[in-house]
Amino acid sequence: MTDLPSMLPALPEIVLALAAMGLLMFGVFAPGDRTRLCTQAAVATMALAAVLVMWDIGTAAEGFFGQFVVNDFTRFAKVMVLAAAALALLMGRRWFETEGIQRFEFPVLMMLSVVGMMLMISANDLIGMYMGLELQSLALYVMATIQRDNVRATEAGLKYFVLGALASGLLLYGASLVYGFSGTTAFGGIHDAIAGGEPPLGVVVGMVFVVSGLAFKVSAAPFHMWTPDVYEGAPTPVTALFAVAPKVAAISLFLRVLMDPFAGLIADWQQVVAIVALLSMIVGAFAAIAQENIKRLMAYSSIGHMGFALVGLAAGTPEGVRGVLVYLAIYLFMNVGTFAIIIAMRQQGRPVEGIKDLAGLGRTRPLVALSMGIFMFSMAGIPPLAGFFAKFYVFMAAVEAGLIWLAVLGVLASVVSAFYYLRIVKVMYFDEPLEGLDPMSSPTLRIVMGASAVVVLFFFLVPGWLVGTAEIAAAALVTG
Amino acid sequence: MYVAAIFLPLLGAVLVGLFGRRFGDTLSQFVTCLLMGLSAVLSVPIFMEVALAGNAQTVPLLAFINSGDLVVDWALKFDTLSAVMVLTVSWVSFLVHVYSIGYMHHDPGIPRFMAYLSLFTFFMFMLVTADNLVQMFFGWEGVGLASYLLIGFWYDRQSANAAAIKAFVVNRVGDFGFALGIFGCFMLFGTINLDQMFSAAPQMADASVTLFGVEWHALTIICVLLFIGAMGKSAQLGLHTWLPDAMEGPTPVSALIHAATMVTAGVFMVARMSPLFEYAPAALAVVVVVGAATAFFAATVGCTQTDIKRVIAYSTCSQLGYMFFALGVGAYQAAIFHLMTHAFFKALLFLSAGSVIHAMSDEQDMRNMGGLWKHIPVTYVMMWIGSLALAGVPVFAGYYSKDMILESAFAAGTGLGTLAFVLGILAAAMTAFYSWRLLFMTFHGKPRANETVMAHVHESPVVMTAPLAALAVGAVFSGMVAYDHFVGDKHPTFWGDSIAYNVAGSAIAGEAHGEDAAQATHEAAMGDADAEADTHAAESAAADDAHGGGHGDVAGQGVLERAHHVPLIIKLLPLIVTAAGIALAWVFYIRTPAYPAALAARFPAVYRFVLNKWYFDELYDAVFVRPAFRLGRVLWKGGDGALIDGLGPDGMAAVSRAVAARLKQFQSGYVYHYAFLMIIGVVVFVSWRLVQA
Repeated sequence: MTDLPSMLPALPEIVLALAAMGLLMFGVFAPGDRTRLCTQAAVATMALAAVLVMWDIGTAAEGFFGQFVVNDFTRFAKVMVLAAAALALLMGRRWFETEGIQRFEFPVLMMLSVVGMMLMISANDLIGMYMGLELQSLALYVMATIQRDNVRATEAGLKYFVLGALASGLLLYGASLVYGFSGTTAFGGIHDAIAGGEPPLGVVVGMVFVVSGLAFKVSAAPFHMWTPDVYEGAPTPVTALFAVAPKVAAISLFLRVLMDPFAGLIADWQQVVAIVALLSMIVGAFAAIAQENIKRLMAYSSIGHMGFALVGLAAGTPEGVRGVLVYLAIYLFMNVGTFAIIIAMRQQGRPVEGIKDLAGLGRTRPLVALSMGIFMFSMAGIPPLAGFFAKFYVFMAAVEAGLIWLAVLGVLASVVSAFYYLRIVKVMYFDEPLEGLDPMSSPTLRIVMGASAVVVLFFFLVPGWLVGTAEIAAAALVTG
Repeated sequence: MYVAAIFLPLLGAVLVGLFGRRFGDTLSQFVTCLLMGLSAVLSVPIFMEVALAGNAQTVPLLAFINSGDLVVDWALKFDTLSAVMVLTVSWVSFLVHVYSIGYMHHDPGIPRFMAYLSLFTFFMFMLVTADNLVQMFFGWEGVGLASYLLIGFWYDRQSANAAAIKAFVVNRVGDFGFALGIFGCFMLFGTINLDQMFSAAPQMADASVTLFGVEWHALTIICVLLFIGAMGKSAQLGLHTWLPDAMEGPTPVSALIHAATMVTAGVFMVARMSPLFEYAPAALAVVVVVGAATAFFAATVGCTQTDIKRVIAYSTCSQLGYMFFALGVGAYQAAIFHLMTHAFFKALLFLSAGSVIHAMSDEQDMRNMGGLWKHIPVTYVMMWIGSLALAGVPVFAGYYSKDMILESAFAAGTGLGTLAFVLGILAAAMTAFYSWRLLFMTFHGKPRANETVMAHVHESPVVMTAPLAALAVGAVFSGMVAYDHFVGDKHPTFWGDSIAYNVAGSAIAGEAHGEDAAQATHEAAMGDADAEADTHAAESAAADDAHGGGHGDVAGQGVLERAHHVPLIIKLLPLIVTAAGIALAWVFYIRTPAYPAALAARFPAVYRFVLNKWYFDELYDAVFVRPAFRLGRVLWKGGDGALIDGLGPDGMAAVSRAVAARLKQFQSGYVYHYAFLMIIGVVVFVSWRLVQA
């Protein structure tokens, strides 16, 4: 009898997976509508998982015969994923109830998807990576179509699924090439295979395919086309989830794959990532200008932000990784806060998502408008708000890595993107209110919005906690 | 005391400027008038102490700039000159403050108005008490600002805004000269502190600078530049065009700023800088020519204007010309004397005109007046007093100061001095003419206003007539009382060393005379001199003797002393021409009112030339304003609009918009489009890597 693999490092994932199945049983067999209970249980489980994740801070461990790795980098990323997912659940609950589509499957799917994301983050093997990726993607496809009788939602889910399948195909094909030319699927093995001398061309090609597949997951150009349609079509709380948690997971995986197994190919992937980052920044900046729907706008905004984050990855240095992690954390706060407002956008009970619906918010809902203004200014990267520091760290890393052209173009793209962020501020404060928005009824949304705004506004006072933590995490990735 | 006198108006301006709305109109008026009144009261002991008791002093306030060699401090310099200015400015300003209560009582912007007035007064104080050129420039620009604000006080009037901008821009030309002059001073002396400069001036008498490859006498350049600044502020010929337009401001403003105080800043500045001007005879010559030309020019224009305020405005311009040629011939004391008396009677004239305008329901055209004296007798009397003082009728203030100036010009004995004297006499005749023309047109004859206006004519309230009376006292007695101290026997002790004595000027004059005499003697010795030459030589010699004999004592070489000893006919000439001017006005406007029209019809070209103010505005319009507008339009439309905006903001925005539209097109919504793009992306990346490898 072979030894059982060491499973302890994966304890948070195991807990989440078991809880998800348990909740599923409970939801199916318990009488009446148990959505609320399921949601609360899911959030509690995620909180528990987060505690478990942080249990052994500072140590590194491997499990499942080296297929699963845990270190400070993965902890940092997992906590962000868990936080983003739990917040998305909390923020969406009231919305689903108001729309009458509350389903206990939603928190269950969410938990499964989070398990997938955490597996992605910890994957130390091409197979494990793919498994985690698919687990989170399949759950997300379903969640995009949770509003089954809505044409746009089903269309969005279908598009997401078809294109996601294509991306998975690309990734899998790349993985097979890598395996074929390096003889192993383990990240460590690939690393060693490449390290010695000239890498085989097949590995390079496989790497490019893998990068393409991952770029789809982070919705980086030119693999971004699904994003606006899915963001617009999916229910707003689902969009809020899409905008943060999977992005964090996919970027983390991106970092791990490129900085660890493919570290020896840096000359190759650096240019590809730089181009992808540049295209994303440009698309995010320009395409959003013409948008009228705020969810579409946020889609392009997230494309742009992923471009900025990839600038840090393109640097390929510990500073770059630190910049990416800081960027993700700040991005999380800005996006969660913004979506708290978007989720609450209703006129006489009916959800609205036009930018023009924000008109006059400065007068009708001054606090909401102020928070939204803070988020928009921050996303535009205006000091001293947090968004400025996010960009600052990645651009600094790029400059130090010699990618000055990329930093310059990135700053220019940031200038263009400022247009549509500021346009929202202008609409809120200078346009006549047509039909005011309903008050923000959910206390959860109010708290999330207020807390995010405070973090974004005062980040500059105490940036140390985040930057320092990100630095430790980055060190764990680069040395581990 | 010294600091309080200067800063009380600022306090008033700040208080009322910031809280005027909360104070309300009455409290605002009370606060500003009270603080201004306190300042005026304080100025009296200051004057006693500094000017009469001769205790000049400098009150240091704060360090301002200390950069390398440049050290500028805030300090209040009180000597006789500044004490005279502070006294004059504070009292006229106080009376105008009080008068404004009545004049502006219908206006919605009373607190703002009072705050501006007080602010102006503060800046004027800073100007006259400056102990260095930078502080003077601060006050200089400050009064310019206050003037701009007050001319454009009724900002909803197009013409007021235009006039305010014009005043500001024209003054800017002069200020540029002033600023260059300050730079020049710093270059030459290494300091801009007045006392240090004056004590260093003798050593710099022969210094020269190289400019545009030519060597120039340094002090001449500096003094000419400073004088250009003075020309702007004091509306001298060439830079005078803003002053008549400034009458768009409320009448108290015209009285305070554009007659009594601010416009005399140029005169003050030249007097203040007189220790430098003394070493720059060429610059003084420029001052004489410009001053005399202005005196004459403005008087001619004043004869044809029909707007009551414009007549007085040109009269101001003309009187400033007098002051300048007095400065130019070295009679600085006479210039300041006239400045002081002029402040009183010109303020009186303006405020009386304001009273007329007030009575006539804001009518300013004299052709629509007439026959008012019965209705507004107090104003009528005040106008008489002001006119008598302006024309220089004996006993009234103007008689002492103006005659002194004319006599000084004659006594200077130079060609330019004589020219100034001739132009001054002509201007005096015209002054009398237009003053009585104003009086006759406004107060006598048949009423030409319509009946509703005439029915509404009323004497102004006491709050307006009381300041008039106070000013009238000044207009009557200031000349008589101050004569001895300012230009008479006591003047050397009175002025102390606050103003230079015209030593160099007299030396030049003496030299000229000497040469003259020598030449004459030489000619006589040659034996071919005719009787005329003999007589001439004898006269010159006699004059020289008289000077030498009469004023052998110290400081006795001055032009002022000589002015006291001009022939009787010279002393009487101003009186004679004044009487002639008044008589002519009587003939034209009382006895035979048809004459003016006939005269104008007879010499249409001359009339139109004068009526249109010698076409200065049109000339400037054609030479500067319209080309500037054209250039501006080219730079705006072509340079900024097409080039910078086109490539910059607009162009970028258009590109962004186009790119956005194109990207939006890509977003077709079809899955196969999206998939296609993904595949293409992968293909491109893979090919790129393969090609690189």
